[in-house]
Amino acid sequence: MSSPAYNFAYLDEQTKRMVRRALLKAIAIPGYQVPFASREMPMPYGWGTGGVQVTAAIIGPADVLKVIDQGSDDTTNAVSIRKFFVKTAGVAATTATEDATIIQTRHRIPERALGEHQVLVYQVPIPEPLRFLEPRETETRRMHALAEYGLMHVKLYEDIAKFGHIATAYDYPVKVNDRYVMDPSPTPKFDNPKMDNCAAIQLFGAGTEKRIYAIPPYTKVVSLDFEDHPFVPYRFNAPCELCGSEDSYLDEIVTDDKGGRMFVCSDSDYCEGRQAAGHTGSLISAPYKERAARG
Amino acid sequence: MSTIAEMPSGPGDKVLSAQSTFRSVMNAMARPASVQRIAALADAPAPMTPAMAAIALTLFDHDTPLWLDAQIAESPDVPRWLKFHTGAPVVHDCGMAAFALIADGGRLPALENFAFGSVDYPDRSTTVIVQAESLNAGCAYELRGPGIKGTATLQATIKPADLFEQLRINEVLFPRGIDTILVADDAVVAIPRTTRLITKGS
Repeated sequence: MSSPAYNFAYLDEQTKRMVRRALLKAIAIPGYQVPFASREMPMPYGWGTGGVQVTAAIIGPADVLKVIDQGSDDTTNAVSIRKFFVKTAGVAATTATEDATIIQTRHRIPERALGEHQVLVYQVPIPEPLRFLEPRETETRRMHALAEYGLMHVKLYEDIAKFGHIATAYDYPVKVNDRYVMDPSPTPKFDNPKMDNCAAIQLFGAGTEKRIYAIPPYTKVVSLDFEDHPFVPYRFNAPCELCGSEDSYLDEIVTDDKGGRMFVCSDSDYCEGRQAAGHTGSLISAPYKERAARG
Repeated sequence: MSTIAEMPSGPGDKVLSAQSTFRSVMNAMARPASVQRIAALADAPAPMTPAMAAIALTLFDHDTPLWLDAQIAESPDVPRWLKFHTGAPVVHDCGMAAFALIADGGRLPALENFAFGSVDYPDRSTTVIVQAESLNAGCAYELRGPGIKGTATLQATIKPADLFEQLRINEVLFPRGIDTILVADDAVVAIPRTTRLITKGS
């Protein structure tokens, strides 16, 4: 059961009401950043306090929670947030994408398509897509009010002028429902197409910057680009060495100091699922087999 | 007039009932025209229905100025029940309200009177909660917008009968606008400012 020293899901009820009201407005105005009174959480800013507050405001005893950090269920951030909610809300946790009703994520969208019963909660460090172009909040707010996004196109154009292509690889700006330019959080641009017309509810929480925003299901999300330089998702040109997947997003892992490296799926659940189904990559001693042998 | 001791209490477990009610309202807002169910209905003095009372207990507190329509404001017990359970201030200017509670949709004020928010802060707008007669029978409204896969049909009996025509102001106002929540029995349907009426049947 939940830890008796805290309210269910840690946050007090007044905070939950405030976050819930912000969430409703965020869903009603897709892509608009709703200010909210972000609380201090029992973890440092930058560890996903925004996502944690959103999850705490929506989670119930019947939910099944999955937490991923860069696609993996096993990294420090994911493990500690998962434990936090198991302890304070008594919810069931899972690593299987299809079993989860709430998926909190840092910097990835799962490979498996999400369903209507699911909510994806993003941890966001800098919610304002225009912040590095215009530091003043008063100005960026006005630019959003007037839908004045020329500056962002200039930035993408300067990429092309300098590098010959749009060099932005993550945090790639999107336009939501033909109105607001939105920061998808530092997900690789490979994931941007998954946001478009997604069946699940997508909620974004930025704790340090005190903003909540959202994309309702089945909403148009377009990555900004130019007619002659269309948006192209980027992926290393290699199969996963563990499961052989040709279409998942890959992490590059340096294996020695002589230039050796390997590519493996960033989404650990997707990769393990494929290995369990008998798919193998070029690497014979795949971790999944080791684990199976150990029992 | 009842004393505080005689007032209907809220649900037994306020924490979990607020959570389940919020998820129903959130799902309704995210999937306009879909009918969501409120499991943890709350006893409330008439003319406030249990579904509206459950939403009140979930979302209202000292930070949310309320505007009450005449039927609710003039009832002996509802304003006191709201004050006791939520502490939310009641305002007489509906342009100041975070939420407006409408028991008698036939006397809904013109929507221009409510807060639309500003272009800088479109979230500072009134959410209008209307008690409808039925959300499963009546006129067929074909709707589209974010949250709806293609188009969706809502069968409802609502006062005012031209509510969706009035909500057309959301088209020109966007991103400012009015978000509407309809309740009837244990059903809740939300019509956020992005939802558009395509056709209205009989």
